Amino acid sequence: MGPSRSHLDKPLLYALLLLAAVSLAIVYSASARDASVTIAHFVRMVLGFLVLVGVAQLRPELIERLAPWLFGLGLLLLAAVLGVGAISKGAQRWLGLGGLRFQPSEIMKVAVPLMLAWYLSRGGLPPSWPRVAIALVITLVPSALIVRQPDLGTALLVAASGLFVLFLAGLQKRFIFGALALAAAAAPFLWGRLQPYQRSRILTLFDPQADPLGTGYHTIQSVIALGSGGFYGKGWLNSTQAHLEFLPESSTDFIFAVFGEEFGLVGILLAIILYGFIAGRALLIAFYAQDSFSRLLAGGIALEFFIQSFVNIGMVAGILPVVGVPLPMMSYGGSSIVTLLAGFGMLMSIQTHRKIVEF
Amino acid sequence: MLNIPIKDYLRETRIFNTRLGWAAVGVAVLTVTLLTRIVYLQVFDYRHYATLSQSNRVKPVPVPPARGLILGRNGVVLAQNFPVYTLDIVPEQVDDMGELIAELSKWVRITDGDAESFQKLRRERPSFESLTLRSYLNEEEAARIAVRLPFLNGTELRARLQRHYPLGGLAVAALGYVSRISEQDFDRIDKTEYRGLQQIGKLGLEATYEPLLVGRVGVEKVEINAHGRGLRTLERIAPMAGRNLHLNLDAKAQAVAEQALGNRRGAVVAVEPATGAVLVFASTPTYDGNAFVNGIDPVSYRALLENPDKPLINRALNGQYAPGSTIKAFLGLADLEAGDSIDMNRQVFCDGSYNLPGSAHQFRDWKRGGHGAVTLHEAIVQSCDVYFYRLAVALGAERIANFLAPFGFGRPTGVDLPGESSGLLPSPQWKRERGQTWYPGDTVVVGIGQGLLLATPLQLAAAVATIANRGIRMQPEILHAHSDPRDGSEIAVDPVAADAVPVKDAGHWDRLTQDLVAVVHSDRGTARGIGWNAPYRIAGKTGTSQVKAIAQGARYDEKETPERLRDHALFIAFAPAEAPKVAIAVVIENGGHGSSAAAPVARKVMDQIILGAPAGPAPVASRAAPPRAEQEE
Repeated sequence: MGPSRSHLDKPLLYALLLLAAVSLAIVYSASARDASVTIAHFVRMVLGFLVLVGVAQLRPELIERLAPWLFGLGLLLLAAVLGVGAISKGAQRWLGLGGLRFQPSEIMKVAVPLMLAWYLSRGGLPPSWPRVAIALVITLVPSALIVRQPDLGTALLVAASGLFVLFLAGLQKRFIFGALALAAAAAPFLWGRLQPYQRSRILTLFDPQADPLGTGYHTIQSVIALGSGGFYGKGWLNSTQAHLEFLPESSTDFIFAVFGEEFGLVGILLAIILYGFIAGRALLIAFYAQDSFSRLLAGGIALEFFIQSFVNIGMVAGILPVVGVPLPMMSYGGSSIVTLLAGFGMLMSIQTHRKIVEF
Repeated sequence: MLNIPIKDYLRETRIFNTRLGWAAVGVAVLTVTLLTRIVYLQVFDYRHYATLSQSNRVKPVPVPPARGLILGRNGVVLAQNFPVYTLDIVPEQVDDMGELIAELSKWVRITDGDAESFQKLRRERPSFESLTLRSYLNEEEAARIAVRLPFLNGTELRARLQRHYPLGGLAVAALGYVSRISEQDFDRIDKTEYRGLQQIGKLGLEATYEPLLVGRVGVEKVEINAHGRGLRTLERIAPMAGRNLHLNLDAKAQAVAEQALGNRRGAVVAVEPATGAVLVFASTPTYDGNAFVNGIDPVSYRALLENPDKPLINRALNGQYAPGSTIKAFLGLADLEAGDSIDMNRQVFCDGSYNLPGSAHQFRDWKRGGHGAVTLHEAIVQSCDVYFYRLAVALGAERIANFLAPFGFGRPTGVDLPGESSGLLPSPQWKRERGQTWYPGDTVVVGIGQGLLLATPLQLAAAVATIANRGIRMQPEILHAHSDPRDGSEIAVDPVAADAVPVKDAGHWDRLTQDLVAVVHSDRGTARGIGWNAPYRIAGKTGTSQVKAIAQGARYDEKETPERLRDHALFIAFAPAEAPKVAIAVVIENGGHGSSAAAPVARKVMDQIILGAPAGPAPVASRAAPPRAEQEE
């Protein structure tokens, strides 16, 4: 597939537009046909696609040069959010900026893989021991700040995006297995550091009925929504679980439960094919990318997109703990969509600014 | 950018592509895991989750049925349902509760007690539930609130049906009442059949026919949200109204009876001899059953309990009185039946007292100086005690008990009311079973219906109806039929013959009836005061039952006896004597004489039943005025 003059990757763009259309329909339903919510969502989608188109025009070299600045800005904003962030749902995640409110932690979902791709592509691959250590610092500092908000889900995603880049950069197997062993050893300690609600969310996964009206409630209602969708679903706008308010966060984190309830297994298969196509296309772009920075960035963004989708759907399906992770491209929420589409803009920039050099 | 050696570039590409490959494998594995889980949920466990989703959102709400009506003869409504309004508030929807209550109290009366119990509810119940601020708004109050409802956020006006006895205390002795379902009630009823219902029949017909009256509760399947708020009705199974009861009770005659008794403590029971249909069932003083419907307040209840006239006692059903001389009607028949088989002169000389052989104890006649020579006929007409003392001794206690039993003495009549008393028909055997001795004197006083013998007004009415019906005792029934309120189809209650009095000679019924007619219609009859101007012939017997024992040698003086120790007045009768339409028993506690107190009440009730109108003023001079009644029975 050759570069295009608009610098847009058509297959990726169409898949994203299709997902955006589905998202609008399902947000309309999940918000109980609230036109103002749907319009706000639409406006954010438009904004997101404008950002995508804009970013796609930038040459990868420019993006590479901007990487440390963006990362630095993100860190500053994160520090600011801890200081002056507005209280929202018990956690400081939002920052008001001239009438706009956004979550700086979302920026980090792009800024961390960008920074790591920038840093790791400076040296040879696979990275040396000290470079791995610095890469870990680059990854874990923003994650730690996000955990403090507290927003465990986003923090884990940000950390994961950094680790994906490290993995793609060829991190030696001994580091990987060493880290896994270390994680296993540190698990009891980390468990002790978790907030009580975070702990109960993980425990709930194993036995949601233990506390059906407390921590198990989200999982129980979400699984009921999915399961009762059956093969063909209840039909658009017919999600009783969402409309009768049994399903919490139905427009945001649990929107996939509404989708599954209304469109059934048929809809879910189509959605997963669409998500799979986007992830696959992104991986393919990474495969075709011609320099280390582009590859690492494209691969990191692709895997992050996939893992976020997997974590969200896994949570909705009751096989992962309830962590506050929106479903990319589907959930209502501005910061998430804009940063996500900015990431896809970078993928398109990588794809469409390739020099035609075939080996 | 591309300043690194080409060799490294190729190596880096290889490393990256390998890692990308692993990542792709990871992506595939995780995707398959997710899909497996979702297929499992949506295909294999679909039914389970569909059920959960359904029960999540659908809540069955009971719809109470309308209770069956109770109608008297000729369709007079005795118990009905009427809508009452309650003023409810959903606290969640109210911005300023104090302001709202102040606003509401401009339009309806809201007492401090109302406000207090509302605040109590508010503390106990979730704020999205509608809580009652005031009950029993009348139509006008409901209308005043209704027009302002659009401006009163969180205010609801709700109507429900409530039991109402439109004639107040009329026939409460038969109807009973409904009241709040208590814990004890819940132990004996099926709770699911009473969902949404607040009242249950506690007494009287309301209790007896509870299963007919209650109907079947309906269900509305209401879609609710996660907060339990009902959103819309999905499905409705209509409630089935209870069956209407059609009574034998004649509301007009009942009213006449209750009015005639007035403030006195007493009872009137009238039945139709041929069927056992209960036409009048009155106990006074009456009380208003409406007071009990929502649970009576403690003050009113204590007032009823402490009222010296004991209005809550159902005298017709549970008042057990010595029948006094009314028993002579039945013993007279026993005399005829016994004939020559007993050692008894057909004519007795009454000198005013009787002594058992070898005893100094005097059994006195009510008439000082006695009645002279009397036959059975004269003994009944004049109510001669001495004749019946002798008769009782001649018959013997065992034979008397056996003879009286088929008239229904000593056991419940089986009327369709709960808690009937059985009275007492004593016999030597009965006393032996209780470790007591039967004395000859016990036999003597049975002859005049005193001593241990006790009967309820209902038993007396059923017994005299048995004479009217020539020995066939019909079981008293208040219910005539019950009907389906939707199509009006009726199921009638068939008359039941409870017992038969075996007689050797059916002509004895005629003789006894003649004697009883003479009690009312002859110049020397004790009840001639009600007979002289009656347009139909009445067969009756007066009675006076002694409350206070009179010492040997002393006389009873009504004026000097405290009211509560005065004699009870009784009268039993049936009419018209030739073709009886009604048999009646009247008891007035401490009323004095059967002739002067009880008989006139019976006359008024019989006039209403037979003539269809209360007795008018006596026809002028068409007959001689009654001879002034002696202070007899």
